[in-house]
Amino acid sequence: MSAQPPAQPLVAVDDIHTFYGKSHILHGVSLAVGKGEVVGLLGRNGVGKSTTLKTIMGLVQPSQGQVRFEGKAVTSLPAHKLARLGIAYVPEDRRIFKLLTVMENLRTGLDRYGVSEARKQALLGKVFEYFPVLAERRNQAGGTLSGGEQQMLAIARAMMLEPKIVLLDEPTEGLMPRMVSQIKQIIAVLNREGVAILLVEQNVPLTLEASQRVYIMEKGVVRHHAVASELNVNDAVIQQYLGV
Amino acid sequence: MDYLSLVWDWMVSHRDIIVIQTINGVVTGMILALIASGLTLIFGIMDVVNFAHGELFMLGAYVGVVVLATSGSFWLALVLSTLVVALLGAALQITTLRPLLGRDPLTTILATFGISLVLQNYALWQFGPVPRKIQEPFTGQFELFYLVYPWYRIVIALLSAGIIGGLYLFLKYGTYGIWIRATTQDRVMAQAMGIPVPWVHTAVFAIGAGMAAASGVLFGPLIGVNHAMGLDWVLKAFIVVVVGGMGNLGGSIAASIFVSLLEAYAAIFVSPAQAIIVSFVALILTLLFRPTGLFVPTPK
Repeated sequence: MSAQPPAQPLVAVDDIHTFYGKSHILHGVSLAVGKGEVVGLLGRNGVGKSTTLKTIMGLVQPSQGQVRFEGKAVTSLPAHKLARLGIAYVPEDRRIFKLLTVMENLRTGLDRYGVSEARKQALLGKVFEYFPVLAERRNQAGGTLSGGEQQMLAIARAMMLEPKIVLLDEPTEGLMPRMVSQIKQIIAVLNREGVAILLVEQNVPLTLEASQRVYIMEKGVVRHHAVASELNVNDAVIQQYLGV
Repeated sequence: MDYLSLVWDWMVSHRDIIVIQTINGVVTGMILALIASGLTLIFGIMDVVNFAHGELFMLGAYVGVVVLATSGSFWLALVLSTLVVALLGAALQITTLRPLLGRDPLTTILATFGISLVLQNYALWQFGPVPRKIQEPFTGQFELFYLVYPWYRIVIALLSAGIIGGLYLFLKYGTYGIWIRATTQDRVMAQAMGIPVPWVHTAVFAIGAGMAAASGVLFGPLIGVNHAMGLDWVLKAFIVVVVGGMGNLGGSIAASIFVSLLEAYAAIFVSPAQAIIVSFVALILTLLFRPTGLFVPTPK
């Protein structure tokens, strides 16, 4: 059973080829994410899921192909302009600013032009409501947080940009089950607010549950595209591309 | 015989020279800190070892000479020179270093070395080989044991401390300060957070250049202004940046004062020219036993 991509996608990736030096990582990846949609990107380690996210974020340049955001080509834009347009990135290794306090980490995204003080306070209030532990630790250096808290900070920091889409790379990796369910909740909350999410995960049940559609990648291309609710962990296609 | 009491007796009988050399060391240390903090900030954020830093110091002094000659105001010379050289630094960064970002460090070393040669020879061509003098803004003195000590030296130390303090507050609390610190820690993630990293680099280079220029004007009255004056100072600044830990602002400031004090105390026993050796000794010992820097927390 194959799924239909959105007619007017928020982010459309069209046949991108990306290299790291001489190694060809992406061999023509195409996918699309609609407004307010949660889309999963599944695949084994090293098939190019993270590279796809990095390419969308403008952190690596594709040698061929196009990335479009709200219909406009953004392929050669630098990452900071994409962030201003409304694409936020939560990398696999979280990459919070370890020597900055929690509050300063949030301010990297919050202190933008044209955001009123009231709006800033509202955003902070919202994030602290979702992640009370961050409010508690606001003056603590990011590097002193636990893994799960760092993951929350990475997501909270991305939310400071008021993004239209969040590129979420393996948010549950290495987290304990309680944290995993909290991440699942926050994905649902973001989605309710109309934020689209492109979710890269190894956790197949979580991805199928959280997403509306999923793409399955293998060896640098998208092999399969399906409606998430029509798949389950034991399907042949999941076994074929993700089974161990 | 007890060595400690011998040393103590010597210190008591020589307390005048110890006090004088402490003040001298702190004054020189503050000027050095002003130069070195720009250098270490630039290294920390772009991994660029700026070999042209001494020439920015020299150019700052010359701009100071020109403004002082036309306006007669030392303070105007200080402010204008800082701004002019900061703008020049921004232009140099955009044209020369920005295209080299992420390349082999050797290319940026060669590029900044090239800039330093151009600036030096420009100054030689423009101002000639005869050293110029910057007149200190006031000539008041006070008595320090058997010396009459110029107040201006104390003012230099205070002003430098003020500028460095301002930089610290800016980095600690300002939005742009947070941008600079975030970019220093993780350039890629800073960019993904919407921070315009190329402009942050330019701004940091401009700040470093401006601080070098300010120290050039401040220190101008104590040394002659000539085209080669940057060499000595940038060499010392490199030493303290390494001793303090590359890219570590607080470490560089502490190391500036530490090394200057060492030199000042050494000058009690040997000639000032020989006293410079102790800073190299400090450099070599640091590289041997604590290569990440004396004033950084032990790396994990």
